[in-house]
Amino acid sequence: MATNSESKFNSAVNVSELIAENKKKKSINNYMEKLVPAILFLLASITVLTTIGILYTLISQAVHFFMEVPILDFFTGTELKPLSQNPEFGILPLLNGTIFSSLIAILVAGPIGIMSAIYLSEYASDKVRRILKPLLEVLAGIPTIVYGFFAFTFVTPLIRSIWPQVEATNILSPGIVMGVMIIPMIASLSEDAMTSVPNGIREGSLAMGTTKLETTIKVVIPAAFSGIMASFVLAISRAIGETMIVTIASGSSKNFTFDLTQSMQTMTAYIVEVSGGEAPAGSTLYYSLYAVALTLFAFTLIMNLLAKYISRKFREEY
Amino acid sequence: MNMATDNKVQIEVSNDHTTTENNTTQKRVVYDTKNLNLWYSENHALKDINLEMKENEVTAIIGPSGCGKSTYIKTLNRMVELVPGVSTTGSIAYKGNNILDKSMNVEDLRTRVGMVFQKPNPFPKSIYENVAYGPKIHGIKKKALLDDIVEKSLRGAAIWDEVKDRLNENAYGLSGGQQQRVCIARCLAIEPDVILMDEPTSALDPISTLKIEELIKELKQNYTIIIVTHNMQQAARISDRTVFMLNGEVVEFSETDQLFSNPKDKRTEDYITGRFG
Amino acid sequence: MENLEALHENNKMNARVRKNSIWKSIFFLSTLFGLVVLVILIARVLFQGASWIDLDFITGRLSTNADRAGIMGAILGTVWVMLVVIPVTLIIGVGTAIYLELYSKKGTIRSFIETNISNLAGVPSIVYGLLGLTVFVRLMDFGNVVLAGGLTLALLVLPILIVSAQEALRAVPGHLSEASYGMGATKWQTIRRIILPAAIPSILTGSILSLSRAIGETAPLTVLGIPALLIPFPNGLFDTFTALPMQIYYWTIDASLVAEYANLAAATIIVLLLILFILNSVAIIIRNKYQQRY
Ligand SMILES: Nc1ncnc2c1ncn2[C@@H]1O[C@H](COP(=O)(O)OP(=O)(O)O)[C@@H](O)[C@H]1O
Ligand SMILES: [Mg+2]
Repeated sequence: MATNSESKFNSAVNVSELIAENKKKKSINNYMEKLVPAILFLLASITVLTTIGILYTLISQAVHFFMEVPILDFFTGTELKPLSQNPEFGILPLLNGTIFSSLIAILVAGPIGIMSAIYLSEYASDKVRRILKPLLEVLAGIPTIVYGFFAFTFVTPLIRSIWPQVEATNILSPGIVMGVMIIPMIASLSEDAMTSVPNGIREGSLAMGTTKLETTIKVVIPAAFSGIMASFVLAISRAIGETMIVTIASGSSKNFTFDLTQSMQTMTAYIVEVSGGEAPAGSTLYYSLYAVALTLFAFTLIMNLLAKYISRKFREEY
Repeated sequence: MNMATDNKVQIEVSNDHTTTENNTTQKRVVYDTKNLNLWYSENHALKDINLEMKENEVTAIIGPSGCGKSTYIKTLNRMVELVPGVSTTGSIAYKGNNILDKSMNVEDLRTRVGMVFQKPNPFPKSIYENVAYGPKIHGIKKKALLDDIVEKSLRGAAIWDEVKDRLNENAYGLSGGQQQRVCIARCLAIEPDVILMDEPTSALDPISTLKIEELIKELKQNYTIIIVTHNMQQAARISDRTVFMLNGEVVEFSETDQLFSNPKDKRTEDYITGRFG
Repeated sequence: MENLEALHENNKMNARVRKNSIWKSIFFLSTLFGLVVLVILIARVLFQGASWIDLDFITGRLSTNADRAGIMGAILGTVWVMLVVIPVTLIIGVGTAIYLELYSKKGTIRSFIETNISNLAGVPSIVYGLLGLTVFVRLMDFGNVVLAGGLTLALLVLPILIVSAQEALRAVPGHLSEASYGMGATKWQTIRRIILPAAIPSILTGSILSLSRAIGETAPLTVLGIPALLIPFPNGLFDTFTALPMQIYYWTIDASLVAEYANLAAATIIVLLLILFILNSVAIIIRNKYQQRY
């Protein structure tokens, strides 16, 4: 191809020729164009490796556990005595603690979160919302260890001063504090769902002389229902996986009980206790860690997938 | 305002064409488009285009919105490929080489064929870095040479005097018209043969538009210019030849004076007399 | 008669309007509830811990004696761990985001990786701890050192960083890369010189936010077996360490043994929250300063 050789400028150097020269050298650019996507692909596959690593770790070690403890006994056993002479490994006490703490949390965060969402989406002016929302998000940014400290040293004593039967470690206090922690999650996801309800629907109702409250309850919330549900499911999943608050404030009692004034251990707290203690690698106790973690992982994964499924359906509605 | 004196570039006469058989008054064909068809997935956007564009001429492309002007001009440097699902048939010979051929290196093509866009799109960098971008990515690293290129390109784009004291300031601080001339300077910096312009003045005020039109007349002595314009007066003012497109087809292609004073096709006449769309 | 009916109607309407405004107050108070708890929490921590913070506390070594205990070791541990987390998450996270946004074609591989990332974001942090324990501490035999802790936390916050980096890249307007391609630049040149520099402020903001998440994480570290009382300061990637949240954890659970430990925990929380506050402020400043100029 005949490159035209005249420079556009009256200059000693001919730029277009210089560039053509440089191109002939087939510089490192050509390698980079092939190399870079390959390297980036390898980096991107690290996230897939992480998933494989998690699954492999949990399953391969849990298998050892289930060779010693029958899977049915594990999932139906109400006795958890890992350290006794005749150890028993029933997960029900842990499931019980996990469900209790998450239930208390959602009982606190659900109503407050939704009511906050209603206020922010339906009542608050733009200015007020722009102040309140980031403040609420701060709650979600506080490290959970701080909430644990707060539950143990402040909320528990407070509850005990009102209700003396409550023990120094109990499931109630961490449940409540965990609820406070997940308020922003429910509030902001539910608010998103409510805000995306088309204004036409609202106006149609308001035009008929209904009050804002009636419109919100009869029109907006039903329209945003699946989005609100999804926020609940995600928040519960978050509560199930939460560790430090329950570890610190609910203690390590493995009783299978429904008494919320007592200490209950969650799956997460059990993992902290056993891994922090001197469980010899290779012992049933050590492997039980992975069986419990696998159960926990399955729970949260199912909840997350469920939330995704619900909110996808919700997006189809408009 | 006299752009020609502002612009101190000395112009070398380009008469050393190797094809000496050609009559010197006969200009070389730069782009020879034959039977070009283009589809965006199912949408047949260009239909059987046949056009010859000549060296050191300004060719204007006019036509109603959506008729395929941008699509065609972006095919000339294969930028249209950035849209997924584009397919073409036919050929476009650039100085004898079919650019639609898969073996064509698009980076080389785009080094020879510069482009100026509808909305001024300087990089969020200093004016200097904007103009030096092309030379740098093509391996020119010497500071003194870069300084030289930047000055000459900015002079070439008739904006040197306005920005020479603020070369290290962000290009976003300039007015829209100035930004567009920096974009032209950026394009000149690698000394392309052809400059493609897609409605370069549509986002600008009348005074900036006038400056750019003056500049285009200057540039045509050294560059082949293909310009899409929404503005028929502009086409009439600055171009040597004009293409009128409609619904993805070329309706008429002739000398600009001829096309505007004596259109052959009824549709062209309707369009230029404003009886259309 | 007619008047009476109108009056009756009016009363009903008034009742409905009153109900609306009562509920409005309830909704507002609910919104405030979370904030009130936040204020109580911070006030409580300040009240309990502020008087314990002095230069000796910041620069001192750990000690079982509450009056002499300091948190320099935990601060250095946290800093060392972050020196692992920052480069690892930035390289993997930005690399992954570039691959997903700019190289991978829309389709199966891309949606597979993206689904995978969003599922990873929902995995409880303690599970990452077990991954770190099994792979980094035991399998690779690093032991419970800075490197193992850093890598574990890096994997934990990676999904957050990837998603925010993807958003940052997506926000770079197409006309900038068009201009670059139009000059004959290759794809990688365009990414490296145009797209990435334009996205960097938002990427930084996202990485600071994911970093502050990593700084406060405790659960994975407890699983790695990070020690409670450690006298020597960490000095490299293969040194054992403790970190600020670990210190808070041990002092909190031991508060039943030595009452002053609760105050030490509160004081350490103040330091931790202050660090997070500064990081978040920096992120906000960067975001505001470089807000979309193009
Ligand atoms: N990126 C794109 N994807 C799909 N179709 C497009 C795209 N760009 C343009 N088109 C279609 O191609 C046709 C020509 O558009 P265009 O070349 O932009 O017209 P003009 O520049 O003359 O206004 C139009 O029908 C338009 O809808
Ligand atoms: Mg166009």
